Amino acid sequence: MTTYRTRMGDGHAIEMTDDELRADFVRGSEDAADRGKIPPLGSDEYDHLFDLFSNPARVVGVACGNEVVLTHDIGTLRLDGDQGNSGVGIPLSRVQGIQVHERAFAADTMELGHVDYSYKPIKPVIAQEQQTLENTLLSTIIPIFYGAMPNLGTYYSPDGPFGNPSDLLPMGKIKEAREAQQEAVEHATRDMVYVATKLADVGGDGINFDTTGAAGDADFKATLEAVARLKATTDLAIQVGMAGEFVLGIHGGLEYAGTRLAGLYPHQQVKLAEKAGADIFGPVVNTNTSKSMAWNLSRAVTFVKACVEAADIPIHVNMGMGVGGSPVFETPPIDSVTRATVAMVEIAKVDGL
Amino acid sequence: MGGIRAAGDLVARMQLSQRMRIQEAKTHVANILKVGVDDLSDVTVMREVREDLDIGVITSVPGCAKGIEAKVRIADLLGVRINSVERLRRKIG
Repeated sequence: MTTYRTRMGDGHAIEMTDDELRADFVRGSEDAADRGKIPPLGSDEYDHLFDLFSNPARVVGVACGNEVVLTHDIGTLRLDGDQGNSGVGIPLSRVQGIQVHERAFAADTMELGHVDYSYKPIKPVIAQEQQTLENTLLSTIIPIFYGAMPNLGTYYSPDGPFGNPSDLLPMGKIKEAREAQQEAVEHATRDMVYVATKLADVGGDGINFDTTGAAGDADFKATLEAVARLKATTDLAIQVGMAGEFVLGIHGGLEYAGTRLAGLYPHQQVKLAEKAGADIFGPVVNTNTSKSMAWNLSRAVTFVKACVEAADIPIHVNMGMGVGGSPVFETPPIDSVTRATVAMVEIAKVDGL
Repeated sequence: MGGIRAAGDLVARMQLSQRMRIQEAKTHVANILKVGVDDLSDVTVMREVREDLDIGVITSVPGCAKGIEAKVRIADLLGVRINSVERLRRKIG
């Protein structure tokens, strides 16, 4: 019986038969369909996945003409940063790092980001960030985003001024936890608008809200409010990239434009991002380490395909360690990454990665 | 798509400034450059196009437009707003 080398969601290599692969494609897609109330993939799409998984080549690619553009997160920290950001610790400046991406890696776009990659800590060093962005914009050609995380967690104790919902909720202090989140939304929105406006003032191309929703529905709401204000007052291109496939209802009652935020999946998240004024949306689908990559990729493509079909703006799916049909491993295996990439482009029809 | 090695930066500019989906953005850029859509990722085609239009190339060629010089030409070529180019224009009056 012919078997094919593939991987589990944690990256370790396994062998699967034709029938096992096809069964996991169906199970993964139906899991997404059931959770998101969206259509599963069709038989042609399962065949396309099978072609990818049965291809013996280590690296696969899209057909000529199907190439898409790439945006980034984490800026140059992947070069000069530490292992916490998958960085490789090369001591070079951020401007140099961006030039390396443009001229050595042939990046389509790039991002400037601070080592403490959240909006709140950037506020006191914003002049430094403006200066570095100015130097970058003079010496580069590709579009340059500034990126950071909304990271509402930095507004809760012990790091911030408001009570921590993770402490308050287990004590049954629901009202206090909700009030803390509502106050954090106001402060985070104000900080994000302040930082982004300063970067717009010096000529930045765009702003990237990375890992939006990481602290739940309040995190998503703060970002949407900031996007709306920035769209009304600046010429920045705005990218909203999510933290997970599902908006956690840590508050539970927050809404944006009349829609409750808790529990939204990518095809619903993108409509609110559009309404706020985002120009590019980055959906996330998480990887389950206990399932095969056949299950995980089919599931991820199902969610993202529905998001692409619902969207009126470009969709740049988050791909990499633990998301977008890639294994949860710090340096994801290239065989899995390239198969996931092709599936996202040719089945989900994303506009970018 | 290969960034300034090909036409990746130009297609990205249309997504950022006009919210164009990938096929629309590619077609738009290909029409402006007078090349085929498939040529946009072809370095052998795009190298010559970029040199002729002087919009920046990936290797270090003395005399070719660099950095903001190339972006001024790209803004005019694509007819899009590039914020750093607008700033430069304000600064030089």
